Amino acid sequence: MNIRFRDETFRGDYSYRNSDATVRRFPFPFGLDEYMYSVNIERHNGGPAGSVYEFAFDIDEHYVAECRDRAITLERDPGRCVSLPHMIDAEWDVLELIMTSLAHDYPDHFGLQCDGARWTWTNRPLGIEQAFVFGDAATLPCPPFEYITRQTQGDFVIMDQRDGDLWADAGMITSQADWSMSFDTGMSFKEWHGPVPRAHEIGVFDRALKYLLMLQLGQPVRRLNWTMTVNPRLDTAPETYPEWGPDRASVRLDNVPDKVHLRVELQALFRLPRSNGVLFSIRCYLASVGDLARYPRWAKRLHRVLRDLPQDLAEYKGLVRYRPTVLEWLSRLDDGAPVAPGTHPE
Amino acid sequence: MRPVIEMTIARTLDVAPGIREFWLKAADGSALPAYSGGSHIVLGLPLPGGLQRNPYSLVGDPADASKWRIAVRRQEGSRGGSAWLHDTAAEGMRLQVAVPANLFPMARLARHHVLIAGGIGITPILSHAREMARLGLSFEVHYAYRARAFAALADEVGAIAGDRLRRYDQSDGEKVDFEALLAGRPLGTHAYLCGPQPMVEAFHAIGTRLGWPGDRLHSERFVAPPPGDAFSVRLARSGLRVEVPPHRSMLEAIEAAGVSAPFMCRGGACGQCELEVLEADSALQHNDLYLSAEVRAGGRRIMPCVSRACGGCITVDL
Ligand code: FES
Repeated sequence: MNIRFRDETFRGDYSYRNSDATVRRFPFPFGLDEYMYSVNIERHNGGPAGSVYEFAFDIDEHYVAECRDRAITLERDPGRCVSLPHMIDAEWDVLELIMTSLAHDYPDHFGLQCDGARWTWTNRPLGIEQAFVFGDAATLPCPPFEYITRQTQGDFVIMDQRDGDLWADAGMITSQADWSMSFDTGMSFKEWHGPVPRAHEIGVFDRALKYLLMLQLGQPVRRLNWTMTVNPRLDTAPETYPEWGPDRASVRLDNVPDKVHLRVELQALFRLPRSNGVLFSIRCYLASVGDLARYPRWAKRLHRVLRDLPQDLAEYKGLVRYRPTVLEWLSRLDDGAPVAPGTHPE
Repeated sequence: MRPVIEMTIARTLDVAPGIREFWLKAADGSALPAYSGGSHIVLGLPLPGGLQRNPYSLVGDPADASKWRIAVRRQEGSRGGSAWLHDTAAEGMRLQVAVPANLFPMARLARHHVLIAGGIGITPILSHAREMARLGLSFEVHYAYRARAFAALADEVGAIAGDRLRRYDQSDGEKVDFEALLAGRPLGTHAYLCGPQPMVEAFHAIGTRLGWPGDRLHSERFVAPPPGDAFSVRLARSGLRVEVPPHRSMLEAIEAAGVSAPFMCRGGACGQCELEVLEADSALQHNDLYLSAEVRAGGRRIMPCVSRACGGCITVDL
């Protein structure tokens, strides 16, 4: 599989665009007209060829630009990558998991040679060839978790399991929707998910935690989460709010299709072998309302979900201000005819 | 379900009277996944009455991707799994092995670790000591055994722990004094024990009396499925009726009928196998460490890996 990587930006002139093929494989999260918060966890052990679920870590045409954007964010704020000292085994676990997966799933782009502990990693899209000793952090240019997540799309949190809870003790967070790593390092699973409205009432986190504590090696799981973002921006952390917050006021009826983006996170959880920790990967997909509206099923369904979304969830997702404008634009594409269940585009 | 690897018995060694060590390799020669100290695997043993799945702690070096090591004590009067491993298992045989899981992990933020083993309980303790030594953590090991001849793996623990190992030879009247061992420990110390049930109970009772918080006292808590009366299980979703003989667990009998059911520890500790009981015409015999007294009293839940019914027939939601 040969991916053509786009030269584009996630800030400034926002030249990010999706090709037709990328829109087609977008993980549209609404299978029904009504959206309700739920944990909806399923196995993450492969999916249809070409889909975002096919491999453990999905690489697409935005790979190079996303790595570049992460480097810019880290340059400005190195605190977006944090790892507490007791997480070193988990760091190597993550490096091993990502390197072996990418080399196996995308042999045209990545390569890994292992001779005992002497490893050589090849990353063709970023032009990297690195020989190192597995387990010896001094042989890499930066710590193992930072090293490999600088070369992977998506954000990552590693959780340590102790005292019957999961603790977010390491993270690489440069494209998080509405929370930030500095805020969350060392937090327990429940504290960390605390702000989600309604979820506590229905006990989903108690159940999710119980489930995750028993997550087994080789049995990763996934779920989708979504929000909306004005402009295709990855770095919408609270720290940089002044840079992107005001954009919410810039939405007008004529610029809805280009400016307003549905932001879907493919969240996956993996048990880590050496550390007994859990890796939480958050892979972000952005599609403009205009992209999605190419498929009538998606246009109608997005309209209905947004229209009926309870106010507290709309507030939590930060879309109160421009929701009416988006709805007005989408309503013209919704004839009210029933849309068959399912997330597929056509 | 836990992923399963087809493995070959690459080596057997008698390391002490009644204790046998096994080296397992992937049947296709591929590299094995790493694991954390305290992890166990589950061996599928082809017994005459059907497959028996037993958990065993890994004792080897997790960095060695070529083999997994376990040490098995012959359990007299047991359901035959350990006897099979001692009498019948031979180099070259193939076994189905469920990948490692850890129900006895180390607390990575502890300032000091006190590791205590009684008898064959040395297996997860050895693997913890190895990991702690590798990570440069502060730890000590206490190993109690019946007599010197039974001190399996003692040399290996000694090589790792050096003068941080203290041995207790019961034939010389030595025993672990939990009062002395647990008293006056600085905050941030964690203690871990794997050994016979009376030792586990003394450890928790004395630790608690000395003011140790429960989350700093760790014990490997596995039970082997005790035998009981024969009974039958009706699986509500398929309508299948499964007979459970006295010496098989309910989970094994369900699996032997070709139905896959969830499990992890197979020792009544993890909670993965929990089933809802829809109907029962006899009492339930709970042998697990998982369900609370309250839930047991409700009579609607059972852990089929170790628990059973006292005759008759029960219907479960599976
Ligand atoms: S499998 Fe762990 S309690 Fe039954």
